[in-house]
Amino acid sequence: MSTSTPRTVVTGLGVAAPNGLGTADYWAATRSGKSGIARITRFDPSGYPSKLAGQVPGFNAADHLPNRLLSQTDHMTRLALVATDWALADAGVDPTEVPAYDMGVVTASSSGGFEFGQGELQRLWSQGSQYVSAYQSFAWFYAVNSGQISIRNGMKGPSGVVVSDQAGGLDALAHARRQIRKGTQLVVSGAIDASICPWGWAAQLAGGRLATSEEPDRAYLPFDAAARGHVPGEGGAILILESDASAARRGAHVYGEIAGYGATFDPAPGVGRPPGLRKAVELALADAGVDAGDVDVVFADAAAVPELDRSEAEAISAVFGPHGVPVTAPKTMTGRLYSGAAPLDVATALLALRDGVVPATTNVDPDLSYDLDLVTGEPRVTEVRTALVLARGHAGFNSAVVVRAA
Amino acid sequence: MSARRVVITGVGVTAPGGVGTKNFWNLLSEGRTATRGITFFDPSSFRSRVAAEIDFDPEEHGLSPQEIRRMDRAAQLAVVSAREALADSGLDLSGADPHRVGVTLGSAVGATMGLDQEYRVVSDGGRLDLVDHTYAVPHLYNYLVPSSFAAEVAWAVGAEGATTVVSTGCTSGLDSVGHAVELIREGSACAMVAGATDAPISPITLACFDAIKATTPRNDDPEHASRPFDGTRNGFVLGEGSAMFVLEELESARARGAHIYAEIAGYASRCNAFHMTGLRPDGLEMAEAISVALDEARLGPEGIDYINAHGSGTKQNDRHETAAFKKSLGDHAYRTPVSSIKSMVGHSLGAIGSIEIAASVLAMEHNVVPPTANLHTPDPECDLDYVPLTAREHRTDAVLTVGSGFGGFQSAMVLARPERSAA
Repeated sequence: MSTSTPRTVVTGLGVAAPNGLGTADYWAATRSGKSGIARITRFDPSGYPSKLAGQVPGFNAADHLPNRLLSQTDHMTRLALVATDWALADAGVDPTEVPAYDMGVVTASSSGGFEFGQGELQRLWSQGSQYVSAYQSFAWFYAVNSGQISIRNGMKGPSGVVVSDQAGGLDALAHARRQIRKGTQLVVSGAIDASICPWGWAAQLAGGRLATSEEPDRAYLPFDAAARGHVPGEGGAILILESDASAARRGAHVYGEIAGYGATFDPAPGVGRPPGLRKAVELALADAGVDAGDVDVVFADAAAVPELDRSEAEAISAVFGPHGVPVTAPKTMTGRLYSGAAPLDVATALLALRDGVVPATTNVDPDLSYDLDLVTGEPRVTEVRTALVLARGHAGFNSAVVVRAA
Repeated sequence: MSARRVVITGVGVTAPGGVGTKNFWNLLSEGRTATRGITFFDPSSFRSRVAAEIDFDPEEHGLSPQEIRRMDRAAQLAVVSAREALADSGLDLSGADPHRVGVTLGSAVGATMGLDQEYRVVSDGGRLDLVDHTYAVPHLYNYLVPSSFAAEVAWAVGAEGATTVVSTGCTSGLDSVGHAVELIREGSACAMVAGATDAPISPITLACFDAIKATTPRNDDPEHASRPFDGTRNGFVLGEGSAMFVLEELESARARGAHIYAEIAGYASRCNAFHMTGLRPDGLEMAEAISVALDEARLGPEGIDYINAHGSGTKQNDRHETAAFKKSLGDHAYRTPVSSIKSMVGHSLGAIGSIEIAASVLAMEHNVVPPTANLHTPDPECDLDYVPLTAREHRTDAVLTVGSGFGGFQSAMVLARPERSAA
């Protein structure tokens, strides 16, 4: 890469997480070990084997968005629009003052506006096709958040949408960085996901990885011998990515740099080759130009399925050595947010950089056989200059991002 | 910026009118249409009851019973097309580092058919708010997340590099290939299997397009229902299909003696930031995407020999893109043949962009421009040369293909013979 390639920095964060709405609330909760996992209130979960989720608290969309947008959007799009507003404000960007083609939007989605879709499917099958909403054609599809963010903020630059299950959140940031390297000044990126509705729940149950424990502090225990699946959540983070030159020109506060990225896909079942996470990590470190020894903390994918925890621990140990790097998974406080999870982890890593504190993997009593230096109990106070964020998607998607202090 | 150049060395198409690239080109070059009254289900309660359906038997095309069971139809179409593309390319991936081979797959609406069918069951015909998950098929999660489609393609071709679904609505099929080009140019992959798929012909899709009158109500004449650029056009005809490509770096493709269909010489995507479904008549953002794609290809407007239009057959689209062509190409727009294959194969949402790339490279291959079928009545607002009714022999060294979609996405790609765009 030539020296003239712009570096990509993060200048704004917008967070909607189950344990805190807004960056300040989320970070305070995450530092103090406060969880957002509880029994589902959005619908009655008593008939389902899994009853817990991480739901975003205190979000009243009408406080933030006009009625016109409320009628045409799913819950996850409303969260994404508001998180974008907050991220732009945090970055000090007024989109009306930036040339429209210099601003892009690249988000990830895993299942689109699924709750909106359930409502319209119900109208179709119980009442008839003429009762289906005129908004169904775009409220459900995966491109909705990028499209709505672009329209609300007048952003006409290179944009995109990627879908790679939970890994997609990092793939979106990487694709946003690609556009900045090619000359776009600013890209809104990240992901907000939600499918906590009965129909989404049925589909997630079919995935076979949901915990069935009804105790919020015992249900999602990655890297614990008691790991029995995960708790899903909703939310995520929207980040403002900018070229370093643009940030410097504006005198913007810089949280850190998106310094490296790598992605792989696991071999087909039965092929007999090793899974691809280790390779993704190595690619991300090489892309960032850092050695394993430079990494101060790893934010794990933390599937909480024993064989997946095992393969992640092996990948981390292969690169960093046994107990070679602090590892954490604060998503034990939010549940797994699908494509929203990794952007939230990137935001968390940037806050860890800023404040010199690594939040803990709450509730977990680590299985020592994983050979991980898992940060449990209290947050660990330590200087953080470089962090690695991992994310994996159902069927074999592996992505890794390196963030570092600017 | 790296000087790597990316070329298409394999093509696979599963489209209305017949499975396989050969059948696809025969349909286009003969100007036949594959639109018909819907047969997949009883469409009688819908406003628009025509579609371009594929007569597709997955078992006949090599999918195993378990593959068929676990894949939505859209994934099946993609896997069959990917296998054809890989075989066509002659590329032997067994010697390659699998981490250097990736997959990008466009899809606008994912597993719509699977989700529609399964919802009907678990909700017992919409009666249950709290759906009964015990009636769900075991692979329902694969329908929830369309990333499962990219996984199926990766497994089918043995790719272990960067793999993702690109889902930007009706430009997905261009953006997915554009994304793959960027991965090869930046050095993340040496080869990509890229393209798009969608199989949306399902009651929920018909209902949502009925609600905004986007699809045509011309039910009494389904073979002639898709009428891009015609004065009597009144909406698009829903279609389905997939096209997949093998993409490689030019020099390595030449080194192995591969047949090179075209270089992907330029690509750009922009947003109109205007409306989720509406288009301004001026087409400025599509024109911008075209201009940037031409710059990247180092071609001027006069370098374009043929424009493969989005041409959906809605009132607003055809006017919008005609304006975009004039804005970006100037007078050359009037001298360049423009056609819409949607007149023959319908609009398969996220898939169509890739199917149109296939049509574009086949036009270059044969030096024949496919026609716009059903174009009889001029529209004063659409006054370019749309190649009505019959294919035209025409020296075609470089093609512009464009897409426009919900969410405001506007994408443009320039395909050219490598020697033509060497600059």
